[in-house]
Amino acid sequence: MAVDMNMPILIVDDYKTMLRIIRNLLKQLGFDNVDEASDGSAALVKLREKNFALIISDWNMEPMTGLQLLKEVRADVKLKETPFIMVTAESKSENVVAARAAGVSNYIVKPFNAATLKLKLQGVLGNF
Amino acid sequence: MDQGEVVRELASALDVLTKRGGGLPDVSSITEVVDGIMRTMDGDLAAGNLKLYAEVESLASYIAEARSEIAALRPEEIREQHVPTANDELDAIIDATEQATNGILEAAEKIEAVAAGLTPEAAEALTDAVTKIYESCNFQDITGQRITKVVNALKHIETKVDRLMAAFGASAPARTDKPLAQPAADEDADKALLNGPQLPQEATTQDDIDRLFAGLK
Repeated sequence: MAVDMNMPILIVDDYKTMLRIIRNLLKQLGFDNVDEASDGSAALVKLREKNFALIISDWNMEPMTGLQLLKEVRADVKLKETPFIMVTAESKSENVVAARAAGVSNYIVKPFNAATLKLKLQGVLGNF
Repeated sequence: MDQGEVVRELASALDVLTKRGGGLPDVSSITEVVDGIMRTMDGDLAAGNLKLYAEVESLASYIAEARSEIAALRPEEIREQHVPTANDELDAIIDATEQATNGILEAAEKIEAVAAGLTPEAAEALTDAVTKIYESCNFQDITGQRITKVVNALKHIETKVDRLMAAFGASAPARTDKPLAQPAADEDADKALLNGPQLPQEATTQDDIDRLFAGLK
């Protein structure tokens, strides 16, 4: 099935520059329908207001981390099927194990390049 | 009084001092206690007792010397001047890199917009270059996280300096910071996973992560 390039995507990061970078890279890949949140709590509010087809989130944020957001999403009946990609500088194996256990769909380590982002998106959404 | 009694007497007296002061007793109080005990032992000192006395006396001198050396380091300057200045400087670096990165991104977005009006070859070349700029701007996030780690290390040093000052009786003004709320157990577990960026020689690559991730499925 073809990937809907107009799918609503929520990107979550406490660094505005990172949000801008991810948004621009997604735009280059053809995804224009992108919304932003600056931490897990703000993201959760947006996720409960509107249906998103994909979440791309940082881990290290306050007050709610990306891992906490992931756990909240997976525990919510309406949100639990939403694909969730973690984009983070947390690269220790224990982090990957914890994120996987919490139900993350894919894991990108920062700093990353456009090719890696595309590859991980394809891993979750299918080829586009 | 035999050696065991001296040790018990000394421990008991120090215990009283600690409970009274709410922390480690200062050197003069310790010396007073030792002197008092030694006075009760007049004419009753065996060779072992004398050795113990010498050891205790040497310990007291060591503490006094350490106290002088720490005072000479001017720990209050470290806490009140050097650490806050370093924190301010590091915050300024974060702000400056963020501003610069935003400027670079803004310019790159304008260049990318121009690409739409060019020939396909030129547009592709321009877009590739802009993508490289976006990728390179990742540095700001990583730099910010590294600096945050340094700020946290400085806060840790500040706390240690405070404890040293309190333990050795240096003039430490009372801290006004409110005690931090104790996180719940699962929050502790989550926080233990917040390590920030690794140093290049220790970092796990995306390939390593992919292999691990695949193995967990």
